[in-house]
Amino acid sequence: MSEPQEIIPIAKHDLVGIVADLFADGHRLVQIGCSTLTDAYELNYSFDKEYRFRNLRVTVTPGEEIPSISVIYPNAFLYENEIHDLFGVSIRNIAVDYRGTLYRTAIRTPFSIDNVKLPEPPKQKVQPSGDSPVSAKVPAGMSEQQKD
Amino acid sequence: MAHKNIIPIGPQHPVLPEPIHFDLVTEDEKIVDAIPSISYVHRGLERLVEKRDFLDFVHVADRICGLCSFMHSMGYCQAVEEIMGVEVPQRALYLRSIWAELSRIHSHIFWLGVAADAFGFESLFMQAMRQREQVLDIFEETTGGRVILGVCKVGGVRRDISADTLKGIVKRLTKLKKDLEEIGSVFINDYSVQHRLCGVGFISREDAYTLGCLGPMARASGLFIDMRALGYAAYKFLEFEPMVETAGDCHARCLVRIRENYHSIDLIRQAVDKIPEGPFAVTVKGVPDGEYFSRVEQPRGEVIHYVKGNGSRFLQRFRVRVPTFSNIPAMIRVLKGAEIADVPNIILTIDPCISCTER
Repeated sequence: MSEPQEIIPIAKHDLVGIVADLFADGHRLVQIGCSTLTDAYELNYSFDKEYRFRNLRVTVTPGEEIPSISVIYPNAFLYENEIHDLFGVSIRNIAVDYRGTLYRTAIRTPFSIDNVKLPEPPKQKVQPSGDSPVSAKVPAGMSEQQKD
Repeated sequence: MAHKNIIPIGPQHPVLPEPIHFDLVTEDEKIVDAIPSISYVHRGLERLVEKRDFLDFVHVADRICGLCSFMHSMGYCQAVEEIMGVEVPQRALYLRSIWAELSRIHSHIFWLGVAADAFGFESLFMQAMRQREQVLDIFEETTGGRVILGVCKVGGVRRDISADTLKGIVKRLTKLKKDLEEIGSVFINDYSVQHRLCGVGFISREDAYTLGCLGPMARASGLFIDMRALGYAAYKFLEFEPMVETAGDCHARCLVRIRENYHSIDLIRQAVDKIPEGPFAVTVKGVPDGEYFSRVEQPRGEVIHYVKGNGSRFLQRFRVRVPTFSNIPAMIRVLKGAEIADVPNIILTIDPCISCTER
């Protein structure tokens, strides 16, 4: 099964307007998720209408505040409180704001950039040029002694 | 003038199967507001992707919840397979559908029993649990486990089911259907059950859609939302239709689950008739590099498994959004205006699975 899924990056200031359009068009809010990047947070707002799945993606830096969409979708308050408590993302004007008490964890914001260890992506293999083979560990033009 | 009180329910309560807390603001016997409180069983499972290889993580996904165990592992495997472009053999797709429908049957029977216990019908609860044992026996014979099956893996399934065993399963489910009709008729026709459930916990179709209702709670209010319509696993080959009621109350949710039991037995019969011979797993080579939202219909509704990989053996992100999390706002709306004595029935009719909700 391969369900067509759209991921649409948008700016923070466009979020509420686009979400209001989706609500007027009859979309339901499926979920709001957050992923930790190296130096930012990626929020996915997922919507569905008649099994057509689309995501709005907003990237925010630590300390940056984003507006709540719970004024449009009342059920968004739980997701937004969860993101605030686990990731430390500031969301203003949440309809029911638990102020950090929805998830009572031993360490604050356990999914934040400071606490999450992201996996290292695999090293890119250097493409060989000409006839001389080049090791992936030693960039072309550098000797074994110089690589250290 | 009505006097306002705050009555706490949970996290420990005889009616609640798992810990969740509500502060119910009441005026006399009527509830005017409900404030949920969770995080009693938050385990931080999503962060375990940092320490578990993506192939091993399916065992963690299995253990997010006991009742929805197989669906979690299936949703996770589907997401990884989609990212990696793994072609799962058809036989494995059929086996996954059979185990998924068995999971649905045992979860719904469990719910029927717990709901009967909530309104004091102990003998009906005992009978339901006795019927559920037949499904758990099938699980044990086919997978080795009664609750945590551990049978789904990236690329297929770990075990096959022989043709004779499949035929035996269909025979046993035919007998189970007759037993379920007996206890189902009590839920449908018994005066005392109707008195406790009819007209209680009503939510309209529009409110159910706006508040993100899923699963039997949504379908009991007339919403045709069932992720099996997407055709994942072997559902594209089976004749499937969502079971929908329109009354929108606790009794309608009960009816939806009873009808889904019968429909699941029919889906298993269809799958056993159509299942092809062949391999039940493929070898998976490579690592996931990409992202995908896998959507599966659990017994409680649509579950989303979001998987993001960056080319290493450890995933960058695994996120689960379970149907109970989505149904909680609707439950709060339903609680407002209800009587205190109806609170256990209303909470139970969303079939809350808090271990899924909090991960």
